[in-house]
Amino acid sequence: MSYTLPELMVTAAAREVADGEVVFVGMRLPLLGFLLAKSTHAPEAVGIYELGIVRDTLAPEPILTMGDLPNLYRARWLADTADMMGLLQQGQVDVSFIGGAQIDRFGNLNTSYIGGAENVTTRLPGSGGACDLASLAQRHIIIMNHQKRRFVPQVDYITSPGYGTGTGWRRKVGLPRGGPTTVITTMGVLQFDPQSREMILVSVHPGISQETVQDNTGWPLQIAEELTQTPKPTENELAMLRRFDPQRYWTGP
Amino acid sequence: MPVSRLLPLSEAIDRFVPDGSSIALGLAQETLIPFAAGHELIRQKKRRLTLIGPISDILFDQIIGAGCVHKIRAAWVGNVITGSCYNFRRAVESGSLEMEDHSNLTLAMALRAGAMGVPFMPARTALGSDLFKTNTNLKTMTCPFSSDQLTAVAALRPDVAIVHLQRADIYGNAHAWGNLGLIRDACLASRHIIITAEEIVEPDVISRDPNRVITPGYRVNAVAHAPWGGHPSPVPGFYNRDHQGFIDYRTESKTQETFLDWRKRWVDSVHSWQDYTKLLGKKRMAQLALTHHDFSESVDYGY
Repeated sequence: MSYTLPELMVTAAAREVADGEVVFVGMRLPLLGFLLAKSTHAPEAVGIYELGIVRDTLAPEPILTMGDLPNLYRARWLADTADMMGLLQQGQVDVSFIGGAQIDRFGNLNTSYIGGAENVTTRLPGSGGACDLASLAQRHIIIMNHQKRRFVPQVDYITSPGYGTGTGWRRKVGLPRGGPTTVITTMGVLQFDPQSREMILVSVHPGISQETVQDNTGWPLQIAEELTQTPKPTENELAMLRRFDPQRYWTGP
Repeated sequence: MPVSRLLPLSEAIDRFVPDGSSIALGLAQETLIPFAAGHELIRQKKRRLTLIGPISDILFDQIIGAGCVHKIRAAWVGNVITGSCYNFRRAVESGSLEMEDHSNLTLAMALRAGAMGVPFMPARTALGSDLFKTNTNLKTMTCPFSSDQLTAVAALRPDVAIVHLQRADIYGNAHAWGNLGLIRDACLASRHIIITAEEIVEPDVISRDPNRVITPGYRVNAVAHAPWGGHPSPVPGFYNRDHQGFIDYRTESKTQETFLDWRKRWVDSVHSWQDYTKLLGKKRMAQLALTHHDFSESVDYGY
């Protein structure tokens, strides 16, 4: 069965969720990642949405965004944003997913100002809850377009903190826990060196070479000793995704 | 006896939102966005407004495009299902809009501090981020008990909160249901409150279910009847999200010229909720109607 790049990425994201985990679900592709995880290997996962929604069952109909009424239907809890943020701040969120426009080798993300706040060339929407998820979840997964202008040596503005300048930085600035563990891009999957906290390429998507990934990265990229190929989505995973996104709004070619 | 606070939307906005006001709105994030009230700000050519909200799903962009806004204090300004918003981008990139960058948590804490009557709330978010560079209402502090590094979020007291919800009585007592976002904290923190409601109901309907009340009516300054006043955002119990409205707006706001056409059609030519629903059309409203009702059990508040 053929698949699209967004389908491969969502599948890779879904596989990062373990069964029974509490997931803070961000907007766009992460919405589908959570649904896919729940409908396959993580049926007991619990989803928290920043609007003030906790749910542990699939929405009864396809949704384009977390505020769609089927996502409120028979939720476990409908409450305040501060309630959701309280669970997050206490450390009760295992994993979250965020996207970014610009990223550096330590996983710091910019979704606010390209060019920096002083000389802004492109204003992006901002943090939303992303800064909070990057600061306070036990771990977070980043989903990104892999382009040289986005994978830069240093981001123009840190909206969502990664590992800052490397080892020990999060503790030094006072962040209580967490950090990015995986970056899923349009070209491959990257993780972070446990010592240096620098990004390492661990798998490339089918048809993508290590050299192509390097050419699209703005710094000399570390490569894992055993570089693998990102597993393709299974027939079951694709069937599920097409149920959740029948118009292919998020996962179309 | 309480006095009626029921006003036409135009009068509510005219009386309680002077130029230069700071306004909290869009507080439930993706649901219950007060589009009708926001469009009234545009029609009345309000100026030098400060808009406060967690994530804005295009309403901020519309008010910015109409030249009403001086400053934004928000976590995210865009179009949830399509990405960036063009009026917002044009305004920030040209330097005409002042920006105070929040996260959803810091904005929630700013309003909670206002609601609690304290000067700030501590948080553990955003440490090490550049939010501190573009938001002087965030400072780092040392916890007096644990010596942990914390983020102090200064209290925010908006001049007015504008809230769209399902039903209200004429005295300002109102029910909202669904996800509530920052609605309750913002109402407590704000000096004035304007409510727009899908339905105006008998006081009994509200008082028989006080747990669903979002803020006591005596603190509310105006109530306006605004059916479809949240469109294109979803209103639980009334209508679904109009995705096409958000998708179309992306194109309609791409340039200043196309935005002016959008504004003429959807704002300037509309003078009442009846005008708006006529423009929307029966067919589109039918498509957005709920198809699966799901009523909760009633509960006994008796003694």
